[in-house]
Amino acid sequence: MSTPAIELKGISKAFGPVQANKDISIRVMPGTIHGIIGENGAGKSTLMSILYGFYKADAGEIWINGKKTEIPDSQHAIRAGIGMVFQHFKLVENFTVLENVVLGAEDGALLRPTLARARAQLKKLAEEYELNVDPDALIEDIGVGMQQRVEILKSLYRQADILILDEPTGVLTPAEADHLFRILESLKREGKTIILITHKLREIMEITDTVSVMRRGEMTATVRTADTSPPELAELMVGRKVLLRVEKAPARPGDKVLEVRNLSVTDDKGVKRIKDISFEVRAGEILGIAGVAGNGQSELLEALGGYQSATGTILVNGQPIDLTGSKSDGRTRRDRGIAHVPEDRQREGLIMDFQAWENVAFGYHHRPEYQKNRFLMDHAAMKADCERKMERFDVRPPNPMLLAKSFSGGNQQKLVVAREIERNPDLLLVGQPTRGVDIGAIEFIHQQLVALRDQGKAILLVSVELDEILSLSDRIAVMFDGQIMGERMPAETTAKELGLLMAGIRGEAA
Amino acid sequence: MQKMPAWADVVLIPLISLLLAAILSGLVILAIGENPWEALKLMISGSVGSSYAWGYTLYYATNFIFTGLAVAIAFHSRMFNIGGEGQAMLGGLGVAYVCLFIPWPHWSLALIGATAASALFGAAWAALPAYLQARRGSHIVITTIMFNFIAAAFLNYLLVNVLKPMGAMDPATAKFPAPTHLPSLHDILGAFGIPFSKAAPANVALLVAILACVGVWLLVWRTRLGYEIRAFGHSESAAKYAGISPTRIIMLSMLISGGLAGMMAINNVMGEAERLVLNSTEGAGFIGIAVALMGRSHPLGVFLAAILFGILYQGGAELALWTNIPREMIVVIQALVILFTGALDNMVRMPLEKLFLALRRGQTATTAGE
Amino acid sequence: MDLMTFLQLGDSTFRLSTPLLLACLAGLFSERAGIFDIGLEGKMLAAAFFSGAIAFVSGSVWLGLLAGIGASLALSLVHGLASITFRGNQLISGVAINFLAAGLTVVVAQDWFGQGGRTPQLAGAARFQNITLPFTEQIGHVPFLGPVYVELISGHTFIVYLAALCVPAAWWLLFRTRFGLRLRAVGENPAAVDTAGISVVRLRFVAVGICGVLCGIAGAYLATALQAGFIKDMTAGRGFIALAALIFAKWRPWYALYACLLFGLLQAVALRFQNINLGGFVLPVQFMDALPYILTVVILAGFVGKAIPPRAGGEPYVKER
Repeated sequence: MSTPAIELKGISKAFGPVQANKDISIRVMPGTIHGIIGENGAGKSTLMSILYGFYKADAGEIWINGKKTEIPDSQHAIRAGIGMVFQHFKLVENFTVLENVVLGAEDGALLRPTLARARAQLKKLAEEYELNVDPDALIEDIGVGMQQRVEILKSLYRQADILILDEPTGVLTPAEADHLFRILESLKREGKTIILITHKLREIMEITDTVSVMRRGEMTATVRTADTSPPELAELMVGRKVLLRVEKAPARPGDKVLEVRNLSVTDDKGVKRIKDISFEVRAGEILGIAGVAGNGQSELLEALGGYQSATGTILVNGQPIDLTGSKSDGRTRRDRGIAHVPEDRQREGLIMDFQAWENVAFGYHHRPEYQKNRFLMDHAAMKADCERKMERFDVRPPNPMLLAKSFSGGNQQKLVVAREIERNPDLLLVGQPTRGVDIGAIEFIHQQLVALRDQGKAILLVSVELDEILSLSDRIAVMFDGQIMGERMPAETTAKELGLLMAGIRGEAA
Repeated sequence: MQKMPAWADVVLIPLISLLLAAILSGLVILAIGENPWEALKLMISGSVGSSYAWGYTLYYATNFIFTGLAVAIAFHSRMFNIGGEGQAMLGGLGVAYVCLFIPWPHWSLALIGATAASALFGAAWAALPAYLQARRGSHIVITTIMFNFIAAAFLNYLLVNVLKPMGAMDPATAKFPAPTHLPSLHDILGAFGIPFSKAAPANVALLVAILACVGVWLLVWRTRLGYEIRAFGHSESAAKYAGISPTRIIMLSMLISGGLAGMMAINNVMGEAERLVLNSTEGAGFIGIAVALMGRSHPLGVFLAAILFGILYQGGAELALWTNIPREMIVVIQALVILFTGALDNMVRMPLEKLFLALRRGQTATTAGE
Repeated sequence: MDLMTFLQLGDSTFRLSTPLLLACLAGLFSERAGIFDIGLEGKMLAAAFFSGAIAFVSGSVWLGLLAGIGASLALSLVHGLASITFRGNQLISGVAINFLAAGLTVVVAQDWFGQGGRTPQLAGAARFQNITLPFTEQIGHVPFLGPVYVELISGHTFIVYLAALCVPAAWWLLFRTRFGLRLRAVGENPAAVDTAGISVVRLRFVAVGICGVLCGIAGAYLATALQAGFIKDMTAGRGFIALAALIFAKWRPWYALYACLLFGLLQAVALRFQNINLGGFVLPVQFMDALPYILTVVILAGFVGKAIPPRAGGEPYVKER
């Protein structure tokens, strides 16, 4: 048996009071693709950041090619032949591709010779691995797919033998993801070792040779991919059997609650993010918006939520709402019966440094029930309201005085969902309701959404998780490049068809 | 999970920072051949040892309460208002106009009028930087610094060319008329039979400053506007989501901030000098930064920190009088306080957090062992 | 305006622009690396005092220059410690440094010299002397060009020429070397630099150190070349004008030169003419004093092209979790 390319022994790492990695050991053979799967917050990225020298482990050893190696910083990792493509790219936006590639790997004190050599080298790599990028383009001018190629090129330029990719497909269309996997296959044929971090079972099954499962900072199993199955992996990830489908009765759609006609959104940089889209949501149904992140879904939610100006027409219960100007803000929208669970609860949905009771009134803080008199707010009423909602939504710990940031992701999300659903809105906007949320809370939140639908409310669900869209929606619209590519009924479509639409390819063309 | 208890954050860290600043200041005093311990004793007796001393300490503290509150309220909306100095200068201009050109029948009415005018002028001087920050993204720190210099030049021009009485030599306005003269603490306390130094400049503006502390506390922690200001200060993106207008919050918090800084003028211009002179603010606008940092942007903290800086100022003046320690020593101490409570906060915080974490670990370990 | 007035004005512009330019380039290195520095004023002031004091005591302007650089570097170190090592607020640190310098210089000056916070007058080798460039004799007679060479170009102190050389040097360093690439990168996205295996902390400390050296030279120039000795608060807001020039220049070396020349010219005009009569309307001297600040606000307001600072500027680098 040959020596493993990577061997981690007993790695532990704590961030303050949080134990992110507990005594983790792992072996990866050279020339293989090894998957690491686990829920959000399971500690996958932390473990790989330790291997790359970005974080320092509290305990444990790293062995590379049979040699014990100290990796106190990324410089040492690079020298040991390790490259990493982070989930959030580490590129300098206003530098060219070439400058980004050479940064930190320059040949000498002067730039000119380095850049010339890198240009030739890049050309060679592009031919070898289908990694074509314009070396003189600025990073801010190229798409995320291209940016990811630059990240891979950075590692290859440094002659990495071991490549770590952290959730590489999150920002890619299915077609781009396929291309990436082809690149990874060819790298593997060259003898490179690849570690793929993901939370998507499909990717693990498709490309990896072996897979390790992480749960709550611990490594629960390492198996050969050929010997396992998605349900088994899911169970290992979560620690119990998982209901992959949501129980729900057929929808009984009523009147139109939301009508969107010819909506367009142009962002601050003058880029058109939403291009003339029209759709409707009826009472008692969930319309799911599927799509790869960054195709206009966020702007759609922001425009509907009142904090992104737009053109076109939006009718709520038949009445138009203002899309620009002082009457177009979150407060006016809430007064019109639109509640909004935003995509990013930490940046938008909650004030992380506010206590829970202050957050439960957030966005509704001008409502009469929270006022003591014309000038002062009624803190006692806000706290009582928070306690009620915490109990009803099983938020743990049920203490209104804790700061929002001290709750887990799932409990934070429950706070937001409780605040928005308990308003009894006519229309609920929901963005990525289960991102970074543990499985238990996912089930609970899904049940609440279905229950709201069954009360005859309209729900617009935006999610990049195709499984979530398929299991919750009564109708599915797919967004690509700011447009709606088509609408499908969940029973009459497949993940494959939706995937093509998400890539901008309509059924007839495929 | 919080890393350490709230009391450590609010009390322990500022105290340790203050101690570090005091130790370094002591070393400086030692280095110039004076005895820090003697200096400290002299400072304390000179600043709180008599009602005369208190009268000066409280006079300075009144200035610092206003400018400290001004910086603090701006901090809550994550605006760093370095322009307190210029806003206070303009506040002085407002006071001068109101006192010189309106025939007031009684000081109480004049005080109300002057307070309104000083707040208005101070707020007006903060308005443009606030607007440029809110609408054009111009960094408020730089614009308010620039506005301090512009204010100084503007006041210089007005005092030299416009407001100076005919034939007068120094660039200052005429003396304000008698009905605008504010009662000093001597007058106020005397009414209750409490003796207080007649010579000291502390005056009724101190009461206005205390009222301002209460008002700011109510505003920040009890009103919707305060809730929105704090929400915006913690997270602009979340504020937008909730329908809180960034422009409105930046404008309002900066106008209130500028107004508070301007209100300082009822103390130094109206209460003490009784005319507007060049450089009347004497850096009090900048001390507001140190006061707000030390007071953790809380009105009670600002009040206490302002008293402390009042002691420092009055004590420092005494030092300059009786020893070889020049008055600028106060500026050094002020700088060290800003450095340790503001910029080097983490130097104190990080080891403390580790300490508390270790203590808690120890506790859980014992509980588990039982 | 006759040629002589014009030349004198130009000569005075060069003298007054020099400290601005050095401080501006100092700020440029720091801010390009992502460390905002509103403490330029304080560093210059500290350098002015210590250069003046040591030059007086030792009688050597060169030792004075070294002392000035040392003082400025010490304050840079404090700024680096606060904003890089302890990830504190860079603006607050800058404010503290300005006060520290304003206070300490007077306290120490009083202790050392007892002259109310100033150094004694410097003379002879304790000051930078004007350098007469070669061939002034020969070219001096040539009409127009001769006087320009003799009055305007020649006859400045060493530091004026050094400052002028710093401009192309800074440009070359920033845009043509490995160090410059890394420095600019760390001001835009420190995570990119960190994951490329370069120490963000070391790089930023070097940048802040360069800033300290340049501020030190600027301060020494004030006390040992422009004037003969240190006086209290002698920087008189120059650190802030340099900051204004830096924004005006959009963080680029050549533009920094133009901006500093412009602001130097404004100072020279204000010094020479006091109130300027524009045919019936008198422009008060205070307006000229305030003009650099007003111009900066106009620039910041984005009416004359947008000034976009380095993206990571002002933010301490914390590895995300």
